[in-house]
Amino acid sequence: MNPSARSSPGSATPYVQVAPLAVIFALFLVVPIATIVVVSFWDYDEFRILPDFIWDNYVYLLTSQVTLATYVNTVKYAVLVWALTFAIGFVIAYFLAFHVRTMTWQIVLFILCTIPFWTSNIIRMISWIPFLGRNGLLNSTLIHLGVVDQPLEFLLFSDFAVVLAFVHLYTLFMVVPIFNSMMRIDRSLIEAAADAGASGWQIVRNVILPLSKPGIGIGSIFVVTLVMGDFITVRLMSGGQSSSVGIAMSNEIALLQYPAAAANAVVLLVVVLLMVAAMLRVVDVRKEL
Amino acid sequence: MKRKPGATSRRTFLKNSAAIAAGAAIGSGAIPGFPAIWAQNIKNVTLRQFGTGVSNLNAIAEKCKQDLGITLQMTALDSDSVAQRAVTQPNSFDIADIEYWVCKKVFPAGNMQPMDTKKIKYYDKIVPIFLTGKLTPQSTIAQGTAPHTVGFAKGKNSVEFAAEETGWMTLIPTIYNADTLGIRPDLIKKPVKNWRDLLDPSFKGKASILNISSIGIMDAAMVCESMGEIKYGNKGNMTIAEIDKTMAIMTEAKKAGQFRAFWKSFDESVNLMAAGEVVIQSMWSPAVAAVRAKGIPCVYQPLAEGYRAWGGGIGLAKHLSGLELDAAYEYINWYLSGWVGAYLNRQGYYSACIETAKQHMSADEWAFWMEGKPAKTDILSPEGKVMEKAGSVRDGGSFYDRMGAVACWNAVMDENKYLVRKWNEFIAA
Repeated sequence: MNPSARSSPGSATPYVQVAPLAVIFALFLVVPIATIVVVSFWDYDEFRILPDFIWDNYVYLLTSQVTLATYVNTVKYAVLVWALTFAIGFVIAYFLAFHVRTMTWQIVLFILCTIPFWTSNIIRMISWIPFLGRNGLLNSTLIHLGVVDQPLEFLLFSDFAVVLAFVHLYTLFMVVPIFNSMMRIDRSLIEAAADAGASGWQIVRNVILPLSKPGIGIGSIFVVTLVMGDFITVRLMSGGQSSSVGIAMSNEIALLQYPAAAANAVVLLVVVLLMVAAMLRVVDVRKEL
Repeated sequence: MKRKPGATSRRTFLKNSAAIAAGAAIGSGAIPGFPAIWAQNIKNVTLRQFGTGVSNLNAIAEKCKQDLGITLQMTALDSDSVAQRAVTQPNSFDIADIEYWVCKKVFPAGNMQPMDTKKIKYYDKIVPIFLTGKLTPQSTIAQGTAPHTVGFAKGKNSVEFAAEETGWMTLIPTIYNADTLGIRPDLIKKPVKNWRDLLDPSFKGKASILNISSIGIMDAAMVCESMGEIKYGNKGNMTIAEIDKTMAIMTEAKKAGQFRAFWKSFDESVNLMAAGEVVIQSMWSPAVAAVRAKGIPCVYQPLAEGYRAWGGGIGLAKHLSGLELDAAYEYINWYLSGWVGAYLNRQGYYSACIETAKQHMSADEWAFWMEGKPAKTDILSPEGKVMEKAGSVRDGGSFYDRMGAVACWNAVMDENKYLVRKWNEFIAA
């Protein structure tokens, strides 16, 4: 082989190749985030944003009881939704990967799973309201059947409704990466485990679950970050009675309090990055890519 | 060669072109003093107007085009988005149709220009609430951001509010109303007579208020004062101690499960009431009408302590000038000339010049909407739908009964920053 045909060490080629993506990230990710960080130190009044360097936005944010309550509430939602989407998503992915034998049916059933995405998020949420309401379909049916005497009020404008809507929205984000991981599992490993006398449950726990960890990790990142950043679902399904970090930011922006919203955004970004980092330490998602 | 009949010669073409160019110069305003041509040119003017949904109505734009030739591009937003746009996107609009409490926020930003009252044809027919703060000479001026307190600028180029009438108006009033609690009389078994009934434990889990701090705080103040818990110096400009006490009472009620939901958009309010999720809530007039239009009983209940009022008006963008500015004044004068006023009155609102509106309403409509008398015939909405059956009486009675009992206006307070934080804490509790 001709030695001169090889790239010499220090060649500029790799840098040229990566430059376009780096520029895109710099312009559309780094610059906006830097702007948000800068604005978070500014001041404001009813009608102006005042360039400045003050710590007031952070001091209020980090010392306020409402921040703690809001984060506890938001993390609560994230944990509940994560647990439910994981349980449901794993079962669905397992069924699709190991019990549906033909590619055709896998595709058909996968398309079935995507049907909720054929309408917008907001319509999907709003459609729960006439179903779950005090005089909604479910309560009317239960009363008609004599199962209950009074409408079940916890069904709507409640934490229950918020979590239900989130699970409805986000389960597919757990199904897809887990399914992807499961499809990569060597089927002979399962046969070997069965030959060695493992029960079905043991196979799931000792073979399939560990080998699905990358998919679970990716799905978890999707679900947790989406819930942490949400504001519309919490507002609609709680009837405006619960708070999330996203709602607090939305309120501040609506009231022209951009510096306060920016500080909130910076803190949320830090918190979410820490959560993602923690998840990445548990799972090596590089095996998934 | 003999020239063919009708052929255009080079000389003729040049002569005609010059005449066309001269006409264009005159019409464009480069050469002043030709009103007949000017009148033709406002038909080519487009004005971009935004504001809340209550008055950014397509029907008004259509009628304006028909009567004046001016094209209005209407954009309807919620209250907070209106303030946001007025402050942050000054070049995206020509006309801002904003509420007076929003005006207190955005006018000092310098994005709008005061209007010369000498150019306002019906200035002297504007309801005195917007000029002196008093509906009648005997009236008490209500608390809060009353329209007259932010209705005038100190001078032509000023961004400061004047305490009294000047020749420069910040907003031309367009629409206003007196708000109160709405109730489902078919689901409520006891009389509702006071604002404090919103926190009555017998309505636990069936009450609602709106989640807009400048408005919600005034509802909360009406409730707390009605309960006898607080006597405000000025509900429209609370001290920190008053804010704390008010929000503590509301937070306690929330934690006790008093509220079924909070609403932010008109549709949410209508749906909560129509579905029976809520039986008592702070409502807006068209929401009450919308619930009734579904055949569901809903009453806009007069209360002993009075009403919380709101008002909106038209303001002009700072950058507006020349032909567009002239067209804007034409629009304002047309707006106050009666057709629009009658349209708004038929929706259950009040208009700025009720004298001119009266000329565009039937005697029965006027008697029902403004005089509080029983309807002789079915009362129709501007779109022709039946709003009220013959024999019905407007909730709360006449214009003077309702606007004469205003206790406060939606407000922006000096401690607004603190208030917003406390309000957010209340929502998060």
